Amino acid sequence: MTRSRLLWPLLALVALLLLNLVFTPSFFALRIQDGHLFGSLVDILRNGAPTLLIALGMTLVIATRGIDLSVGAVAAIAGAVTCTHIATTGDAIGGMALALGLCAVLGLWNGFLVSVIGIQPIIATLVLMTAGRGMAMLVTEGQIVTVNNDVFAKVGAGFLVLPIAILISLAVLAGVALLTRRTALGMLIEAVGVNPEASRLAGVRSRTIIWTVYVFSALCAGVAGLMIASNVNAADANNAGLWIEMDAILAVVIGGTSLAGGRYSLTGTLIGALVIQTLTTTVYTIGVPPETTLVFKAAVVIVVCLLQAPRLTRTFRVPVPQKAGA
Amino acid sequence: MLADERSAPSDTAPLVELQGITVTFPGVKALDEVDFRLLPGEVHALLGENGAGKSTLIKALTGVHATDAGEIRLAGVPVSFHGPAQAQDAGISTVYQEVNLCTNLSVAENILLGREPRRFGAIDGRAMRARAAELLSRIGLHIDPGSALGSHPIAVQQLVAIARAVAVDARVLILDEPTSSLDAGEVAELFRIVRVLRDEGVAILFVSHFLDQVYEIADRLTVLRNGKVVGEYATAKVGRLELVRAMIGRDLTVLDEVERRSERRVPSEEPLLRAENLGRAGSIAPFDLELHPGEVVGVAGLLGSGRTELARLLFGADRADSGHVYFDGKILKLRGPRSAIAHGIAFTSEDRKAEGLVADLTVRDNLILAMQAARGWARQVPRRTADELVAKYVEALDIRPADADAVVGTLSGGNQQKVLLARWLVTRPKLLILDEPTRGIDVGAKAQIQKVVADLAAEGMAVVFISAELEEVVRVSDRVVVLRDRRKIAEVSGTEVTVDDVVALIAGEAEKVPS
Repeated sequence: MTRSRLLWPLLALVALLLLNLVFTPSFFALRIQDGHLFGSLVDILRNGAPTLLIALGMTLVIATRGIDLSVGAVAAIAGAVTCTHIATTGDAIGGMALALGLCAVLGLWNGFLVSVIGIQPIIATLVLMTAGRGMAMLVTEGQIVTVNNDVFAKVGAGFLVLPIAILISLAVLAGVALLTRRTALGMLIEAVGVNPEASRLAGVRSRTIIWTVYVFSALCAGVAGLMIASNVNAADANNAGLWIEMDAILAVVIGGTSLAGGRYSLTGTLIGALVIQTLTTTVYTIGVPPETTLVFKAAVVIVVCLLQAPRLTRTFRVPVPQKAGA
Repeated sequence: MLADERSAPSDTAPLVELQGITVTFPGVKALDEVDFRLLPGEVHALLGENGAGKSTLIKALTGVHATDAGEIRLAGVPVSFHGPAQAQDAGISTVYQEVNLCTNLSVAENILLGREPRRFGAIDGRAMRARAAELLSRIGLHIDPGSALGSHPIAVQQLVAIARAVAVDARVLILDEPTSSLDAGEVAELFRIVRVLRDEGVAILFVSHFLDQVYEIADRLTVLRNGKVVGEYATAKVGRLELVRAMIGRDLTVLDEVERRSERRVPSEEPLLRAENLGRAGSIAPFDLELHPGEVVGVAGLLGSGRTELARLLFGADRADSGHVYFDGKILKLRGPRSAIAHGIAFTSEDRKAEGLVADLTVRDNLILAMQAARGWARQVPRRTADELVAKYVEALDIRPADADAVVGTLSGGNQQKVLLARWLVTRPKLLILDEPTRGIDVGAKAQIQKVVADLAAEGMAVVFISAELEEVVRVSDRVVVLRDRRKIAEVSGTEVTVDDVVALIAGEAEKVPS
């Protein structure tokens, strides 16, 4: 089951990488400079780190039958709060802590709307998706806040052989994988996603679980927001993390997790996020005109999703020889 | 019971003919070279245990499952359907065991879904309701076609499903367990409709676990066991015992064991649970109830009499708005399922699919779900413990397939029910509330579950046993609580309780029986 679900996204990833190799023969070249690893592959990892991080949170939300549209706005708020704090006090660590604390509160808000009030997730998180940008604007007073802080710059642009951003994302991936599969959290999340009422009657704390995944998603978005802001040393309330919720949802879907909730795959999400980011990179390397980038991206996504669709998978399977009839 | 002594006219050409049909699922031959004939103008019963292949046969016939070998002929012409829609276009309509309608839509919309009358390209609501009303009155169901389907009880929804199947001019009507949620009056009504359709020449395939009903309505019957045809019989010429033997392929020792459990113990101990004036407006009138350790208390009553509501109040699935519950002598605040579970109360819902199993998860995950929920997410049930528990209950309850990694949704109804039962047994409850645990499952599994209930009570567990089948309730229970119109009207106990007594109570002649 799992293997076949991951097969197509994996093939898509390989195909995209090979396509790049054709256009840019040095695509796979890696070199070490000043103890840092450089190369196109490393760029993909570094630029894909925020998407991967947000997609991880999104995976768990989607597994509970939910969706979190507010992640882009939350990322923008995190960047805005941190940069504003650094600009006024010069304290990077405090700024980031403040930002993540606020993100946790925003996650609590989403979780409250979904699990306590019972609003449909897409509507509940739409509230913060729209209001969040406004809050970020409020924090930055409508300006792009630029900062110059060495500690903060490390988060998005720093290197520890590999880019620090991707190390953070991979650490979170490993942490979530351990947390959900070494404890019963993963199974309980899936149970709530597949059948909330049966889970409630079996004594599962559905509400707490749903609440937790929204908080986790907001925290992931917050850290991603720090990476994005740190990478450019600035907080742009309007454009930071714009449409990143769509990329994250796509990454989850490409990774084979159903939007209907239930069984999820973190490995799938990792592959999905890499596909999305490789695609974005490919668009630049093969010289697709920037104005048609989104169309190109959509086309590839449609192909991958089609390949995973049960109906098509059935058609492609080797047909069992049937005796007469038909 | 037979209206007339119809036996299959052997010279009639079969309307549907299956020859050598084989359907293979991963690791299992669900159907193995099955031959089957359905004649026009007959009611043909399909019998067999859970997992015998009844559902698979229906799904192979209607194109839900692809066949691996064999041929299906409709009126002599070889056919191969790719899905139920094609089968329906060819005149084969199916009403499934579990109502597969949209509860959020109106009755009329459900009946005519996909065939809505149109006017200028838009759906003509008025014409649709009129047409639906006509179809409903044809089957003698007088409800407002504009009302939401979900506002009606399951029995009515079932009849709506039949109205929907009848709405197309079906040559073949497949009724998969149509009566499992109907009461006697509704069954009679259904059979009246079935006879009308039969006399019009429709071939009717009838799947049921109720042998009485099979003998009442079926002209011929086919018995399946483990994916193979055991035999094809004329109903009038086959005895009940012979039939049950053919179905379960073993002697009825399990049934006998339950039958023999006649000496009932009258528990003298303090009650485990005492409900005082417990009730919920619009659900069930306040009632008193005592449950003792080691005692099976049956709940009898017609559909809609408040059986399920009573169970849900005791479990805290719904909140009571009056009265108190004392558990082990102390007052118990039931704030929800978790507080009930924490005190050792377990509940299996009558609706396995919606409120019981987590269909996409494995047998293992479903079995340990309640235990895991009680431990909290941080303390995972170790894999080895889980596997031991699965192995133990697969063995004890005879769950098939005996595969911990099987996805529960793919199991047959009886096996799903056993998994659900096992989910609670691993939590070692003091009180087990079973709402219709034997609904829609076969004779063999039914007997096994009854025996498990008897054994659990013998070990000291208190059991509340709810069932629409009075015989079963009376046989299994030490004491029977009788409900009528959402009100507890009597409680009868002792070995001398008979089905007739309970029927009399339900029917309202309460004076005859001491309570």
